[in-house]
Amino acid sequence: MSGEVGPPTNAGTVTPKARLATAWLGGCSGCHMSFLDLDERLLELAQLADLVFSPIADVKEFPTDVDVTLVEGAVANEDHLAMIQLIRSRTKVLVALGDCAVTGNVTAIRNTIPLRSVLETAYVERTTHSPGVPNEPRIVPRLLERVEPLHRVVTVDRYLPGCPPSADQIWQTIVGLLSGEPAPEARPTAKFG
Amino acid sequence: MIGPPSSATPPATITLTIDGRLVTARQGEALLSVIREHGISLPTLCAMRGLSPVGACRLCLVEIAGRTRPAAACVTTVEEGLDVRTDTDRLRDYRRKTVELLFAERNHVCAVCVANGSCELQDLAVATGVDHVRYDYLFPRDLTVDASHERFVVDHNRCVLCTRCVRVCDQIEGAHTWDVSGRGTTSRVITDLAMPWGLSPTCTSCGKCVQACPTGALFRKGATVAEMTKDRAKLFLLNEERNAHTWTLGGFPMTDSRKEQA
Repeated sequence: MSGEVGPPTNAGTVTPKARLATAWLGGCSGCHMSFLDLDERLLELAQLADLVFSPIADVKEFPTDVDVTLVEGAVANEDHLAMIQLIRSRTKVLVALGDCAVTGNVTAIRNTIPLRSVLETAYVERTTHSPGVPNEPRIVPRLLERVEPLHRVVTVDRYLPGCPPSADQIWQTIVGLLSGEPAPEARPTAKFG
Repeated sequence: MIGPPSSATPPATITLTIDGRLVTARQGEALLSVIREHGISLPTLCAMRGLSPVGACRLCLVEIAGRTRPAAACVTTVEEGLDVRTDTDRLRDYRRKTVELLFAERNHVCAVCVANGSCELQDLAVATGVDHVRYDYLFPRDLTVDASHERFVVDHNRCVLCTRCVRVCDQIEGAHTWDVSGRGTTSRVITDLAMPWGLSPTCTSCGKCVQACPTGALFRKGATVAEMTKDRAKLFLLNEERNAHTWTLGGFPMTDSRKEQA
């Protein structure tokens, strides 16, 4: 690059890129698969934003000053709970991505069964190899008594239901948020399921 | 059949206003049917063409000038000079809350439901702008699945208590196998005196209840996720042909004189 730097232009070319993150809590990663289904639009996305944290990026700690975070999955264990609170404190716009984040969905089906019974069925009654409910604090996170959608735990700014939401819906949501708020009626008509 | 002579005067026509438009209706007509006739879309769940109205779901609420409480259009009869609003901020708010409460009350998991993609509750969420539920999900633990019937299954986790199964069984099939027991959130649709469906002596296994059900609560045995599509057009056709006495007898269409005898 030449040493000569022009003054900032109205076109906004010197505006720093938006900081985008994605996170994976109690879900199946299907929403992230749908995110990857953006295919060649991922290159376009890389022009719009830096991916500063994601299961598909090797970043250990959730960074500060994130503009938009897409969160897949419900809050099912203690690690999820701590993570969503950290994400909320470091994110401007938090998007609940997919049905598990929005409703609890399949992750929350266990809410109709007492937690003790869930654990004993899985780890004691139906197993022959070293039966016993795991109890390894700080290694295996403890399950919460009740699985919750994100908005029961933190404030959520946008909801994108679907199991999974389509790549088109994810694209419209991201582009809408990064390029200014879309009018409510212009939002994609995403549905549960 | 004893009826009014054919020379009787037709029902009186009355005039009312819907969303600022002057419209005419027949005396005694339900407000919902007038609204539909004029191409105004109004979300409904318990209403079904050919069945008596019950006003159970409260989605067709409208505002009527001079009345403080909204009225369910399906159980409101038109009156001369009514000034009706179908789409106000308050009504949109109520409808959205109603749909959210329906989702919160039982264990609806669209992603793994037999009726995914063919469900009126799922469609209502889109139509009323419900992209999340603000109420606490109840996650009821005592809802059962009865698969005792040879061909059909009832899953109470997905029932919205619209009673379309109850009415279609009573009013079209004439069997009255279905009914409702309990009150409030403990209400359940039951077969006969709350016996397993497969043991019901009154059920004719016609399947009309399955077709009438708006959700995945009633489905064909063996159907898995998103496989249970419902064919309501067949139900409507059946009902309309029946009311019009257009059945064939011995392979020949019913003549007017045979219709009179029937």
